Amino acid sequence: MQILFYLFAAVSILSALFVVAAKNPVNSVIALIVCFLSIAGHYILLNAQFLAVVHIIVYTGAIMVLFLFVIMLLNLNKSTEPQKSMATRIAAVIAGGLFLLTLLGAIKDGIGIANPDVYDGSVGLVKSVGTSLFTEYLLPFEVSSVLFLSAMIGAVMLGKKDKGQPDGGEISGAA
Amino acid sequence: MLVTVIFLSVLLLVTLGVAAYETYGERKVAAFMQDRIGPDRAGPFGLFQPLADGVKMFMKEDFVPATANRVLYFLGPAIAMTTALMTGCVIPWGGTLVIGDFTLNLQAADPEIGILYVFAMVSIGVYGIMLGGWASNNKFALLGAIRASSQMISYELAMGLSLVALIIGTGTLSLGGIVAGQLDGVWNIVAQPLGFLLFLVCAFAETNRAPFDLPECETELVGGYHTEFSSMKLGFYLFAEYVNMFISSAVISTLYFGGYDIPFVDQAGLTTFWVTALGTLSLFAKIGFFIFFFMWIRWTLPRFRFDQLMNLGWKALIPLAILNILLTGLWNFRTELIQLF
Repeated sequence: MQILFYLFAAVSILSALFVVAAKNPVNSVIALIVCFLSIAGHYILLNAQFLAVVHIIVYTGAIMVLFLFVIMLLNLNKSTEPQKSMATRIAAVIAGGLFLLTLLGAIKDGIGIANPDVYDGSVGLVKSVGTSLFTEYLLPFEVSSVLFLSAMIGAVMLGKKDKGQPDGGEISGAA
Repeated sequence: MLVTVIFLSVLLLVTLGVAAYETYGERKVAAFMQDRIGPDRAGPFGLFQPLADGVKMFMKEDFVPATANRVLYFLGPAIAMTTALMTGCVIPWGGTLVIGDFTLNLQAADPEIGILYVFAMVSIGVYGIMLGGWASNNKFALLGAIRASSQMISYELAMGLSLVALIIGTGTLSLGGIVAGQLDGVWNIVAQPLGFLLFLVCAFAETNRAPFDLPECETELVGGYHTEFSSMKLGFYLFAEYVNMFISSAVISTLYFGGYDIPFVDQAGLTTFWVTALGTLSLFAKIGFFIFFFMWIRWTLPRFRFDQLMNLGWKALIPLAILNILLTGLWNFRTELIQLF
């Protein structure tokens, strides 16, 4: 078990680094997929089967497929990559650094390392996740579903053709 | 532990064997539908045809296009095949086999999220097609890959929603549990006729079978995502499709047709060994029927156009699936609802 933990931890960190370091965006996406799969492995080690499998279905199976889809369609490479100015780069470094600081601050006081002796192995099973979602966290759950719905409606509105626009064929249904 | 390893190895061999004979079956069924004889040269009734095809696949030149991304070109067929083979281990192939002191559960693993595991493997399987198609660096292959991914994402939604209605009734996600519920009661097809139809249509789309085989539509895209593949790499893609067909048939039989259940078998007075053995046989008979059904449809219906496929998925199947969830919910909580008013 401990070996598996170190294996998954190493794979997730290395693949996460590769996501940032890879020159080719397709390789980046594949590294991210590997990273998500290894995080699902961590969930399984915590006996959170439901979280693991939903993580794979949603992130690996749907969101990353769409990512890959868009990147393949755009066919990004060195020549089409937009050249970033020095100011943008400095701004990105500062923003990233501030985000790191915030994360570190949050982890330092808030989360800490959980005590493995009191870990409840049933916390990630379907029953317990469902019960806590629909009792304790009912309001946040419903609010986030409204948020998703509004995002979806927004995407549909953006994707809709204007009335005067010539019809570009019926194939746009893929969104 | 050792028993499980042996069981899984046998399962692997059976899956590959069934997939091999599906290729033979497909050609025989096609021949029957078109009033031809079909393969009859290799062995009696052409029964050794899959063997000959396999040897042919291995002997052909393994060609790699000069501009292909070599790593991903290699990975594509491997992912397609691996994910196709991984689903079999959660399907209950039968009850518990008892021979003397030796007992064997004919389901390698029964995680409580069984059906979601099958779903996860299917959703990862699309990477095999996408990466292979993109890595070949060919416009037809890329178009096929993009079609495959948009098709699979669209139909996964309707499939998931049709499953939600089933799960409301069964109350469990474990495949073993779903079959156990049907052993005691009626088959789920009775409670979920609409859900079954939706699931069946989506299964055709998820396995890229006709009339939804647009990713490899030969009239428009040469060979679709596997245009640039040859030798056993092509073989892996074709074989993965047949394995997927086998697994889909098994999942459909398990979810909606009682799995290894034979109605009234408990009243026949058979020993447990025979009940288990006949149960497994009946599961394979059901699977065989659905495999035949897949082929029957392929040689009967013409291919959809891509916009028709998308319209069917998003504007017909998903609303119907949501309606099905609503109806199932109302039916399951009817007593509580009546008490309310």
